[in-house]
Amino acid sequence: MKLYDGGKIIFGLIIFLGLITIPFYFNAGKAVAPPKPKLDTPVIQALAVKECVKPKEIMRAEHMRILDDWRNSVVREDDRQKIVIGGKEFTKSLQNGCLKCHSNKKDFCDKCHTYMAVNPYCWDCHFTPKENKS
Amino acid sequence: MKIIFSFFTVVLLVLLAFLGLKIANLYYLFGVIIPYAALAIFIIGFVYRVMKWASSPVPFRIPTTCGQQKSFPWIKQNKIENPSSTWGVIIRMLLEVLAFRSLFRNTKTESRDGKLSYGSDKWLWMAGLAFHWSFLVILIRHFRFFAADVPSVIHLIESLDSFLQIGVPLLYMTDIVLVAAVTFLFIRRVVIPQVNYISLIADYIPLFLILGIAISGILMRYLFKVHLVGVKNFAIGLINFNPVIPEGVGVIFYIHLFLISSLFAYFPFSKLMHAGGVFLSPTRNLANNSRMKRHVNPWDYPVKVHTYEEYEDDFREKMKNVGIPVEKE
Repeated sequence: MKLYDGGKIIFGLIIFLGLITIPFYFNAGKAVAPPKPKLDTPVIQALAVKECVKPKEIMRAEHMRILDDWRNSVVREDDRQKIVIGGKEFTKSLQNGCLKCHSNKKDFCDKCHTYMAVNPYCWDCHFTPKENKS
Repeated sequence: MKIIFSFFTVVLLVLLAFLGLKIANLYYLFGVIIPYAALAIFIIGFVYRVMKWASSPVPFRIPTTCGQQKSFPWIKQNKIENPSSTWGVIIRMLLEVLAFRSLFRNTKTESRDGKLSYGSDKWLWMAGLAFHWSFLVILIRHFRFFAADVPSVIHLIESLDSFLQIGVPLLYMTDIVLVAAVTFLFIRRVVIPQVNYISLIADYIPLFLILGIAISGILMRYLFKVHLVGVKNFAIGLINFNPVIPEGVGVIFYIHLFLISSLFAYFPFSKLMHAGGVFLSPTRNLANNSRMKRHVNPWDYPVKVHTYEEYEDDFREKMKNVGIPVEKE
């Protein structure tokens, strides 16, 4: 097969193939295990029934929306009424609610967020909880 | 009819993935075999088409120009619209590829008071540009699923794309722009009679397919949540040629993946090849230097010529005899 301007065209093709195959060689061979958020904080271990506001699957998918709803109802509607689920009270708050049990931001929140390259803007306003370096 | 056929082709693809997973449990087929096969078809097909184009000679300069050609020094040349040098061509091509310059000149013809009138029509250019750039940003954003360490450029693009901070997960502007632009490009084909008349199934299928991909992706992000960590685990498995099918990733993810695989496999056979073709358009990528350089046709047949001098040599005596003047005595 005779090519016309073959050099330029093949050069272009190589650039194109190099660009579209970036995912294959960018982190080639770097095995990354999927993250496992830790649940072994003292508060959680002291719980008799280890239950969150919602079941695990729902929390995994919808925790950001639950937090957003809470924020809206507390900040905009001044509704600080506690949520009662199964006779247990939950404060509608990130710092005074979620983080009371999940006091390990680094081993809980950040695990998946870092893995998925998500930067939630919670910490633009909220204090990052102090953690004991272990 | 063409629209209905194209629409139901994409619906069929969605159903195929849905039923294949829900009833037949073909996770390995839809998750591993089809994506790899689609990527292979895409790469081989793309290279094949480009090489086929590269094997056609373009002996003469045929750029479509719309500016003053290089002429006397006191006449100002339009160096971009009528380039005579490689640099002019490069700038012209960059503007064409990145900003769709030729589409910017799109016009509309209308009959007004019984007279034909022409006017500028920028909508196609705007929608086309919005569509292509949003699609590129979305494609680049997806890199976060494939990289173990996500580079900061991706973070930057993502935070710019979601900087309006609407809802959670944050709304991406490109999602909205892409759907709006594709919808416009579709409605345009339906509403404008002339465009409708020349539209083929091959024009509608990419539109519906891309719309299907966008909608399934948006639904997955905002409504039918999937197990994202599982998705990334799956994507990294694929690119390391060590595929894993994680537990509990929703069906909608596989529908999204199957539609993308379909688009990739369809790409080399379709008009989507304009992605490569735009670089090889002789009406754009040639310098208009016919008046400065001689371009020889490579397939010129070696014609045997018999010049007048040779003719005279053959017949000189006979010509003299009947009194025809000759150049050489």
